[in-house]
Amino acid sequence: MERPLTGNFRADREAVSLAEYERAGGYQGLRKALQMAPADVTETVKNSNLRGRGGAGFPTGMKWSFVPMGKDAPHPKYLVANADEMEPGTFKDRALMECDPHQLIEGMIVSAYAIAADIGYIFLRGEYVRSHERLARAIAEAQAGNYLGNNILGSGYSFTIHLHASAGRYICGEETALLNALEGKRAHPRTKPPFPQVSGLWGKPTIVQNVETLCNVHHIVNHGPAWFRKLSRTEDGGTKLYGVSGKVKRPGLWELPMGTPMREILEEHAGGMRDGLRFRGALPGGASTDFLVEQHLDTPMDFGHVQKAGSRLGTGTMVVLDDQTCPVGMVWNLEHFFAQESCGWCTPCWSGLAWTEKILFAMEQGKGSLHDLETLTFQTKFLAPGNTFCAFAPGAVEPLQSALKYFASDFRRHIDEHRCPWR
Amino acid sequence: MLSVEERKEIESKLADYPNSQAMSIEAMLIVQRHRGWVTDESLRDLSELLGLSVADLDGVATFYNLIRRKPVGRHVVHVCDSVSCWIMGVERVCSQLCTNLGIALGGTTADGRFTVLPIVCLGACDHAPAVMIDGKLHEDFNGQRIEEILAQYE
Repeated sequence: MERPLTGNFRADREAVSLAEYERAGGYQGLRKALQMAPADVTETVKNSNLRGRGGAGFPTGMKWSFVPMGKDAPHPKYLVANADEMEPGTFKDRALMECDPHQLIEGMIVSAYAIAADIGYIFLRGEYVRSHERLARAIAEAQAGNYLGNNILGSGYSFTIHLHASAGRYICGEETALLNALEGKRAHPRTKPPFPQVSGLWGKPTIVQNVETLCNVHHIVNHGPAWFRKLSRTEDGGTKLYGVSGKVKRPGLWELPMGTPMREILEEHAGGMRDGLRFRGALPGGASTDFLVEQHLDTPMDFGHVQKAGSRLGTGTMVVLDDQTCPVGMVWNLEHFFAQESCGWCTPCWSGLAWTEKILFAMEQGKGSLHDLETLTFQTKFLAPGNTFCAFAPGAVEPLQSALKYFASDFRRHIDEHRCPWR
Repeated sequence: MLSVEERKEIESKLADYPNSQAMSIEAMLIVQRHRGWVTDESLRDLSELLGLSVADLDGVATFYNLIRRKPVGRHVVHVCDSVSCWIMGVERVCSQLCTNLGIALGGTTADGRFTVLPIVCLGACDHAPAVMIDGKLHEDFNGQRIEEILAQYE
């Protein structure tokens, strides 16, 4: 099985150096791209069915096609790598950046070339100190090797990358909030339209892509879109980094064909549940995705199938709930996170999530009532898409609405017994 | 007064951005690396250096989780309180850590050696619970390892 994203990782998990990267065929995708017209690179990515790996799953090539091109296009144009991995339960981009930093850099240069971007930023979580050190070293190596800078490899194309350490807030992962953060402002989301592709960073055309998405781009150019589509078991192209955390035998991260069923990931790769524990459910793609339960275990983990099952692929990193862990407590923990991380810009979000968290906390303390259950259900509707400024709050209530559905009796026990049965 | 080193570090990063406002977050993080936190005095100094109002800078400082406007101990222990670590029992480990240090979460030890703060998901969910001390990640953190790990920080 081919593993383009992680095949290069060293056994000791140290960063792959430039020399090692080149020996393994690194920067060949870039060389090939520089021989092509930018529009052809975009077309190739479109044909590969690559969809964004940050959570929303927007088709990458299509996103690029909205960027104004040609000699009248505004400059500088920007390409931003969204390396603000902060979705609870997610640990995939950190691995990509720590173990093979040149892969991200090459992916960025090829993507930048496709949209004729002049300047790149890696918007990196402040906590990712090791990623920062390794990316800084790799950027310097790439500059020395003329993969970055002026007249890259004699092509006439110039592009630089700056590494920006964020000071932390989950909302910075939202692309327009990220742009405000990069501009040195409070990271509130912006009104769309205008979309960043047209008016982004400092009002210039800007593309923001997740790290894992960018890491795929030069492989697609190098091996062709048909190759990429064939890596997958379903219609969404490529491989996917899948992760599992929680009380399974072997928590971890694996690169597998897109569309690998949930059961296969949980049982064959994560080794199944720890002895004595039973599977109750999982958040398939991080904290802001709906729970899936036993009946969904054969769902292929791709964008379309997970959506049909009632959730989202999200980041593809699962958080597993076992039968010795309180589902109400778990949802309280999630809503505590979301209430804290709400940026405060729109009232339904900051007020509704604080209210939600308060109720769940009271339930865990044995102080919940039947009326509280109605209020929780109301919040899931009140904070649904269309009622808030951005997608933060709708994502925040996804685990709550599905928990109310699948773990209804557990909520009832907290109310009827005036305590948390797990404590 | 900003130190010569602080000033030098800030000025060396200015070229990464088209204006000084974009430098404000990085500049505060640089000051914090040197002093442990961002003092009122350094906000005034940065205001002068970057040509931004103190109110603007403070508005930004208070938005972000990693910029501190209060003093901390010599070492900052960030304990992940997000979902995977919660499932793996971080609440118990964290209260044991605080008991051992004789402080509440958010507090600083009397000798000024440690401050313990909560933090969101550190991206080490397959090795939960996770803590980060002065930017170094410690995975599979449990009650038995508390003393051994803390001993590495004087």
